[in-house]
Amino acid sequence: MAAWELLKDQNFRLDGRKPTELRRIETRLGVFPNADGSAYLEQGNTKVLATVYGPHEVKGGRGRSNPDKAVINCQFSKSAFSSSERKTHMKFGRNSSETNQHLVQALNAAVMSHLYARCQIDVYVEIVQSDGSDFCACLNASTLALIDAGIALKDIVTCCSATIVDEKSVVDVNYVEESSGSAVLIVGLLPKDEQIAYMQMKGRLHADHLEKLLDCAVEGCRNINNILKERIGEHLKTHSSHFTLTRPATPGRAERSRPAIA
Amino acid sequence: MSIDIRLSNEKLQHESTDFSAERPLHLVIPGDIITREAGYMRGHGTYMENDVLYASVAGCVEKVNKLICVKPLKSRYTGEVGDVVIGRIIEVGQKRWRVETHSKLDSVLHLSSVNLPGGELRKRSEEDERMMRNYLQEGDLISAEVQSVYADGSLSLHTRSLKYGKLGQGSLLQVPASLVRRRKNHFHNLPCGASVIIGNNGYIWICPTINEQSDKTGGFVTNYERVNSSTREVIARLMNCATALAENMVVIYDTTLLCAHEFSLKYEVKELIKPDIAKEIALLTKQKIHNNDY
Repeated sequence: MAAWELLKDQNFRLDGRKPTELRRIETRLGVFPNADGSAYLEQGNTKVLATVYGPHEVKGGRGRSNPDKAVINCQFSKSAFSSSERKTHMKFGRNSSETNQHLVQALNAAVMSHLYARCQIDVYVEIVQSDGSDFCACLNASTLALIDAGIALKDIVTCCSATIVDEKSVVDVNYVEESSGSAVLIVGLLPKDEQIAYMQMKGRLHADHLEKLLDCAVEGCRNINNILKERIGEHLKTHSSHFTLTRPATPGRAERSRPAIA
Repeated sequence: MSIDIRLSNEKLQHESTDFSAERPLHLVIPGDIITREAGYMRGHGTYMENDVLYASVAGCVEKVNKLICVKPLKSRYTGEVGDVVIGRIIEVGQKRWRVETHSKLDSVLHLSSVNLPGGELRKRSEEDERMMRNYLQEGDLISAEVQSVYADGSLSLHTRSLKYGKLGQGSLLQVPASLVRRRKNHFHNLPCGASVIIGNNGYIWICPTINEQSDKTGGFVTNYERVNSSTREVIARLMNCATALAENMVVIYDTTLLCAHEFSLKYEVKELIKPDIAKEIALLTKQKIHNNDY
């Protein structure tokens, strides 16, 4: 049993959320002018910076390059001041290289890497503040950074976590809930085709609960996806005015050139 | 020493003029459906799945006859034959230089596609191969034209005209390649007292005025004459103007650059890096270009 009462009366969680409620999401695209793409994402108190360099020529030996598709390289790191206790995290430790591989796996499902033959795409993610669901925030931020870099994606891969508290599944797990000891399920979803790009389970769970928990996490992914889509749309709207000028200035051409939406 | 402090709530509230009202843009994000109709051709930034055309990048849909493309806000440079680019030599190889041009893969400049002193018809000998580093070495900047695009998208460049070649004294600026408008001429001697080369790959080179005849040597004679401070100020001003335009997503070509320079004259050069002033100049330029419909 956890020391905290994680679900209070009327099903409110410790931070005042309902079981299916997400934390507040804040995003900013293009935060670093020198990177090809970058994004900042806040999910509640979890704050993440992601930067993308590339696609560029493969660095570190030609042997690593793939003649058919891009090599995606992820580097996850956690800043010393990110958690309540100051601690320098090993950059090349076992934990972070595992996270790197997981990020690569999830992003590979979304990036149309056959378009970037012989190239390398570097994704650097840094956790600025950690309050649970770190991996989810990292994956969401890297997707945003890839979009900012103009890299072709099949779909916006979004990630969300869920856990079981008092027989109830709760979505977007925060630090206290995460450390309560019950199993945490992390799902990365490609919402358009309802494909699961990534799934991870921490801890042990009764099989009867799995389906419920999975549904909960997938629903969370869909909701995050809708929020991210909206944010990208807003970013596009404010930064797209030059398109009217790069096109030849024949009046009315735009109307005609706009394809019919079925 | 005085420190300039800006409070975010004192930011100048510019009327944001919505140019898209007259020419609505069709904006999409990855995974959006562009059209379900058959008979369209799949261009860059799109993909087809079950006869439905989806967008794969976030940007603006452009349609030419039956071809649908999505142009992203910014991306790496994708070269086209005839483009003027600015690049940096990163490796001297056998019979070729490798050049960084901000495209997906490094570009190559073959020894056979440069002008060596002595004219077009000169034979290239082994001697020249050994002398390659004397012409261009690692770190040198060059202006060149795209000669061909290989199957994997990497570029082959050439400098077989006296206007191309090694760049001497000046400033280099990098902007998103999507902001550079394709024009007939990318070399401009601006009346304000400087020359600019606006590379299609988003690299902009600003240097002291190049004389039409005497300076076009293909870059083999580098001019190390001292540049006087007034010229340097003009170069710095143009740099800041171009940065202001790029930060506020204004198309960059000779006219916008000149407009921005004109609007910037009421400020000191160093003031132009303040975000408020940069935004004001960019907006004024945008308005002027829009009104005159250049």
